[in-house]
Amino acid sequence: MIGLNHYLIVAGLLFAIGLIGVIRRRNLLMLFFATEIMLNAANVAFAAISHYYNDLSGQMFAFFIVAIAASEVAIGLGLLILLYKKQGTLDLDDLATMKG
Amino acid sequence: MESLVYIALFAPLVSSLFAGLFAMSPRQTFVGVVSSLLLFVSFVSSVLLGYHIATTGANVHVTMMDWISVADLHIPFGFMADQVSVTMMVVVTLVSTVVHIYSIGYMDHDKSFNRFFSYLSAFVFSMLVLVMSDNFAGLFIGWEGVGVCSWLLIGFWYHKPDVSREENPSISPSWAANEAFIMNRIADLGMLVGLFIIFWNTGSLQYDVVFSQIPNLAPAVLTAAAAALFIGAMGKSAQFPLHTWLTDAMEGPTPVSALIHAATMVTAGVFLVIRANPIFSVTPEVSYFIAALGTFVAFFAASMALVNRDLKRIIAFSTLSQLGYMFAAAGLGAYWIALFHLAAHAFFKALLFLGAGNVMHAMHGELDIFKMGGLRKKMGWTYAYMGLASLALAGIPPLAGFFSKDAIIETAFNEGTLILWAMLVITAGMTAFYSFRQVFLTFLGDERYKEFGIHPHEMYGFVLIAMSPLAILAVIAGFFRDWFNSFIIHLLPNYEMSEHTHHLALILGAIVLVVAVSGIVLAYIKYAKGLQRSEKTENGFIYKLLANQYYIPKIYEALITKPYAEISKLMWTKVDIRIVDATVDGIAKTIYKSGDGSRKMQTGNLSNYLNWMAGGALVLLFITVASYVIG
Repeated sequence: MIGLNHYLIVAGLLFAIGLIGVIRRRNLLMLFFATEIMLNAANVAFAAISHYYNDLSGQMFAFFIVAIAASEVAIGLGLLILLYKKQGTLDLDDLATMKG
Repeated sequence: MESLVYIALFAPLVSSLFAGLFAMSPRQTFVGVVSSLLLFVSFVSSVLLGYHIATTGANVHVTMMDWISVADLHIPFGFMADQVSVTMMVVVTLVSTVVHIYSIGYMDHDKSFNRFFSYLSAFVFSMLVLVMSDNFAGLFIGWEGVGVCSWLLIGFWYHKPDVSREENPSISPSWAANEAFIMNRIADLGMLVGLFIIFWNTGSLQYDVVFSQIPNLAPAVLTAAAAALFIGAMGKSAQFPLHTWLTDAMEGPTPVSALIHAATMVTAGVFLVIRANPIFSVTPEVSYFIAALGTFVAFFAASMALVNRDLKRIIAFSTLSQLGYMFAAAGLGAYWIALFHLAAHAFFKALLFLGAGNVMHAMHGELDIFKMGGLRKKMGWTYAYMGLASLALAGIPPLAGFFSKDAIIETAFNEGTLILWAMLVITAGMTAFYSFRQVFLTFLGDERYKEFGIHPHEMYGFVLIAMSPLAILAVIAGFFRDWFNSFIIHLLPNYEMSEHTHHLALILGAIVLVVAVSGIVLAYIKYAKGLQRSEKTENGFIYKLLANQYYIPKIYEALITKPYAEISKLMWTKVDIRIVDATVDGIAKTIYKSGDGSRKMQTGNLSNYLNWMAGGALVLLFITVASYVIG
């Protein structure tokens, strides 16, 4: 039988993968992908816990996150295209203009 | 009548503010004229008030507004004109009017002419607040106000550099001003403690409330209050051991010396004792101490005046000595005689100082009487004025000093304090000697100033005319003694000589007179023909002791000033720099270093930031879990 813990472990693993992606990747596009993975890890956890408690607000929250993520990607990708046009690269090591 | 109180009080303030408007601009004669007129208005109001009080016997009491009203403390800005304060008002405003007019002539070459009038009028205002206030707090405000004005005026020529004590015993005007101010702070602490004791035990600072509660107070409390108040009086009236500032205060312009350091401010201590006489009359120990100290100072100061060569310093010592007389009278319970001597002294001492100012003006700032002589031919009027004032000071009848000083000496006899009496009689002889030593050395004998290339000239006519009221009063003030007695005893306890003294009065007066006249004769024999200096006397121990003011300034410097400076230096280098500064600097450096260290985090690379963020999130997660596990 697949229980709550299994879902939470999957969600945890997905989150860890996303986090490692955020830390290790140098390409901005890849960072976006990694954040999407982390958001979906949270969605999985929300949906599972919602089902477990028989409370729909968790699932509502998951939908909310999907909607926010979609709009974020729409704006974020637009910004990335502009940035690429301007700088010719999306590599973070080449974009370090704010050194203090 | 109330408006007269306000006019008398605030005309000097208006004068001060008006002159203050022109403080930074070049000399304007009209500033002095307007100031003098306003002071004259104040004088006229005071005289009218005095006339009103003398004829009706009713006091004028006004409360302008509430000043402090906190919990149980209610202090109004209240002013009153009663017999004592109106006497002081008339004396203060009269002398200051004369001094203001005098200053127009005396300060005519000074570039800070306008500023001088501003300070001088501010002083008069403070002095009037002091004498007119109906409570101790207002008195204290005036007390501090005159202190500030005294500081401003002693240090009026603040640009003069410091010189060694051998060259000028008071070092420099700014040094003398600071000395006067600091010495007065020491005494004012005593005064404040006295006010606290009074308020603590009576719950009020109003004179009438405080005095009505005296029967309910414990003797120890009253003694403490009286002693603390007298410490305040000792500072302002320059009594031993806080006397050194007064002679150094002669660094100020001469009109200031005449007004502040002879006629008015220094008598504030005597005024305080007279005003608070209900407290002092029930504390016989303190009162006897006041009398003994006063007598001692009278003798002590007169002895230093015997050998001094500085014209103004001699008069300053004489002021000190006369203040001693006033305290002796007040301490022996003869408050009205003290007040009478205060008034009479104000007239002839101001006249003496203004005369000295004329001489100084003529001699281009030279004050050494050994370099003068024979000035009578050039300055007949000044000679007459100073001679007159000296006769009054020496107590020669029928001049003012005879009536007031003789009464004090008689009081000492009447109280049975024969030692005090003897000292006061001897002092009277010394007073006569040093006064006339100074007059003869300045005005008679050979013209020693010629070898210094000085061409003296008489003062302006209007200045000499302005001085005449003082001269007239120095002559006739004594005749008002009986009238003054009947006027003042409405407020002050009367003091009558006993039958025994009354019988001896003529003999006692004769003794004083003989001593005084012999002092004058001695001075005439020694100095009228010219200056004969003898090496032997001047190198003698006593002469040197007196000329160096008993070495007291040097002792103060060695025992107080220098150790204090050393301690201050030690505190500066060891405590301030090593501990206080080091702590503050340490905090700043820690913050600066941590900022400088964490600056390296800001690489500008988003990936690094994300790593930091992830690390931070992990740390927070760890802390949350750990606290959950532990707690």
